[in-house]
This record gives sequence, C-alpha cells and structure tokens, in this order.
Amino acid sequence: MKSKVGYVWGVLILLGLWQVGAWWAHESVFVGPATVFEKLFQESRTYVFWQHVGASSLRILAALILSFIAAVPLGLFLGTSPRADRLARPLIYLTYPVPKIVFLPLVLLVFGLGDVGKIAMLSLILFFQLLITTRDAARGVSRSARYSLHSLGGTRRHLFIHVIWPSCLPAVFTALRIATGTVVAVLFFVESIGTRYGMGFYILDAWGRADIPQIFVGMVVLAIMGVVLYETFDILERVFCRWNQL
Amino acid sequence: MTDSSPDLITCSELAKTYVADDVEIPALTEANVVIGPGATIALVGPSGCGKSTLLLLMAGLEKPTAGSVEFKGQPLERPHREIALVLQDYGLFPWKTVRRNVELGLRIRGEKIEESRLEESLAELDLSEKADVYPQQLSGGQRQRVALARALILNPSLLLLDEPFAALDTLTRERLQDLVAAEWQKRRFGMALVTHNIQEAVRLGQRILVMGNRPGAIVATMDNPHACSPNYRGSEEFYDLSRGLRAHLEQTA
Repeated sequence: MKSKVGYVWGVLILLGLWQVGAWWAHESVFVGPATVFEKLFQESRTYVFWQHVGASSLRILAALILSFIAAVPLGLFLGTSPRADRLARPLIYLTYPVPKIVFLPLVLLVFGLGDVGKIAMLSLILFFQLLITTRDAARGVSRSARYSLHSLGGTRRHLFIHVIWPSCLPAVFTALRIATGTVVAVLFFVESIGTRYGMGFYILDAWGRADIPQIFVGMVVLAIMGVVLYETFDILERVFCRWNQL
Repeated sequence: MTDSSPDLITCSELAKTYVADDVEIPALTEANVVIGPGATIALVGPSGCGKSTLLLLMAGLEKPTAGSVEFKGQPLERPHREIALVLQDYGLFPWKTVRRNVELGLRIRGEKIEESRLEESLAELDLSEKADVYPQQLSGGQRQRVALARALILNPSLLLLDEPFAALDTLTRERLQDLVAAEWQKRRFGMALVTHNIQEAVRLGQRILVMGNRPGAIVATMDNPHACSPNYRGSEEFYDLSRGLRAHLEQTA
C-alpha cells in the first residue's frame, strides 16, 4: 500500500513540475499536462488513434516474444556449456558493443519496410540484452547447487528444470525490464520509416503539422506503454519468483 | 567383490589432481578409506588438505585421477541412489519451499511421494511448521535440518556430511550433532563426516582419520567406538579422545 501511495505521489510531483515548466514557457512549445490530457481524451475517441497504439503494441509484443524465445534458451545453453561459450564469445563480444540501430538500413533491406523488418530490428536489439544477462546468470549457478542436485540423482535435464532455470529467472526479468526502455526508444526510430501506423509515425506526423499537443500525446502514450510493460514484468516476477521478494 | 562384501565403501589409493589454467594442483594422494555398513568416520585436518575432495569422490561427484572407489563392491562412477550428501552451505534451493526441497530427491528419482512419509520426515526434524516457507526465512540451524531431512528421506546406506555445522553457533551445532547421532542410532547408515571441529569429530566418528596438508593424505587414524552413543559428550573418554586428537592435529600442523 505504501509503495502505491509513493507511486501516486511520484506521478503527481512529475505532473506538477511539468505544469510549472509549461507556465514558465508560456505553453508555446512546451504545453502543460492539462492541454495534453485534454487532447489525449479527444484522440482516444478516434479509431485511428487506437490503430496507432495497436500497431506499436503489436510490434513491441512480437519483438519481446521472438527475442525471448531466441535469446533465453541460447543464453542458458551458453551459460552451462563452457565449450559452446568459448566458441560464441568472440562473436558476441564483437557484435554486442556496436549500436544495433546502425543495422536499421540493413535489416529493413533484408526484411522489408513492413512489420517484419520493424519487428526484426526491435528483436535484434532485445536479443543481445537478454542473451548476455541470461548467459551470465546461468554461469553464476554455484558448484554447490550442482553437486547438491546431482547427489540427489539429478541429470542434466533436472539441473535445468530445478536449478538453472529458476535461478536465472530473476535476471531474465531484470533484462526484460531494462530492455523495455530500449525497445520503446527504438520503436520511435523504426516507426519513422515506411509506415502509416504506430506511435513513431503519429509523433512525426504531428511534428510535420506543428501540432505540439499531439506530439506530447504521442510521448505520453509511449511513456504509458513503457510503464505498462515495466509493471507487467514486475507482477510476473512477483508471481514466478516469490522466493526472491522475501 | 560382490554385494555380500562387508564393506559399504572402499577407497583404494585414491588421488585427485585438479587442473586450473594448465597448472596441476594435487588435492589428495594415496587415500585408503573403508567404511563398513553402519560405521561412521570423521575426516579432520587443516583447510585445503583434501577432506572435501575425498568426500566428493565418495559421493561419485568427482572422478579420481588415480585409484578407485567401490560402493558395495561395484565401481562408483556417478552419484549412487543409496548415497546422500549434505553440504556446508546446505545446498538448498531458495526457489523451493522446505517441503519441495525435502521431496526433491524422491521427485527426481521418480519415487512416489507419500504425504505421510514426507510429514513424518519433516516432523522428525521438527520442521512441520516450516514446511511451506522458503529456506531464506529460516535460521542456519533450521536450514541444516532441512538439508538433513532431504538426505534422510532417501533412506541412504551412506550419509556424507561436508562440514555440515560449520556456520552454526556452538549450542545449535551440538544439538544437530546429537540429532545426527540419534538418527544414526535409529537407522544405522554408514556415515562420513568432514569437519574442522575436534569435538564434532569425536562425537560422530567411530574412526577418526587425521589428514595432512598439500597434497592431502591420511596421516593418522584413531578409534572411537562410543561415538554416536547417547550421553557420550561430557564423558571422560570423550575429553581424553578430544585431547588426543588435538595433539595429533598440532603435530600435523
């Protein structure tokens, strides 16, 4: 309950600061929350607004699911197989530091300008974050835990089910939360090219028409998407990693 | 040897060398250990003398560089269902409740988990009220009882204990030593205990093997036939043996 009250206070303080900033700027290019929420209310009553929200949400969800399916099992495998890790390490370390956004033209050339290209780009960025975190978490499983499981008669399959997967799960949720910020930021870039739907396009379109309140609406919606994802992962972690909250 | 052999576990000329970054680190050399059914031994010695390595070899969790380990007359190449291990850091899984930790061995082995058997095991170690909490909500002594319950529910012929009470305060440690002794009286499993603690070795080891350092080797053996018997702690013999063992260890050091 205390944390919820704190959360509400945090939001109120943010809105307050925003309003003060808007007054200070005479609401010229920096419009206040009252104007933005009024515009948001108007927009939310149009079908096209929800098409933008739906397109962005689907791209984010698809990218999260795809990158999770590709990166987490591979991370678990590399983290538990030193030989495979030695082979994969140069490739990962060489490609990881390169900002993945520079691959955007290449990815769009290969996968096209449609949804597949956009989802592929988002997945590529999420993939590395999830892969490295999961691999490191799997490598961190103690020798004692392995001995303990094997002494009970456990096989490699049991080790994955009873030890490696549950011990890595909190790290996977942390990676997903961190990735949330990145994916929403990159979404803006990928939706600025070759589409007429998505919050990225929505903001750029408003910019072209100098519709400042709509730009702010787009920003608020992206922020809300981030918060919803972040809180969803928090709730899932509380459900699946109850032991880690004690 | 056949299954009718009187020995539970036989370690012959056992040696173990670890290799790290192409550097060989000898941990154990020429160790000969025999434990009969229902017999107990304690392995004592300075840190790094190979006590835990010897225990891991007996558990089938490490492969020897030389020599052999036989369990009931058969070469031991992997963990055996009749051998249970309890580790110093308890080896509990924090994502499983006490109940799930205790039943894990049965679950892995595909054995039927009878609720009555599980409840009995928990009650025996005074854990009934803690069955549905997580290990991190327990004290060190309670965690070690969970680890013991998880080992004992498998009804092992050989129980291996690797410094099981090292992290506990003196009174809890003594209570748990008495608990292990009482369980041994009831079930008569073979037991090997690794410890730094002189009184613990004397309380639980019918034969005490003193190990020397680098590479580890057994340098002396002491017989202690009354170990594990009730009220042994505090007897004249207990203190005499403790003094004798201390002298041995000082000599080794």
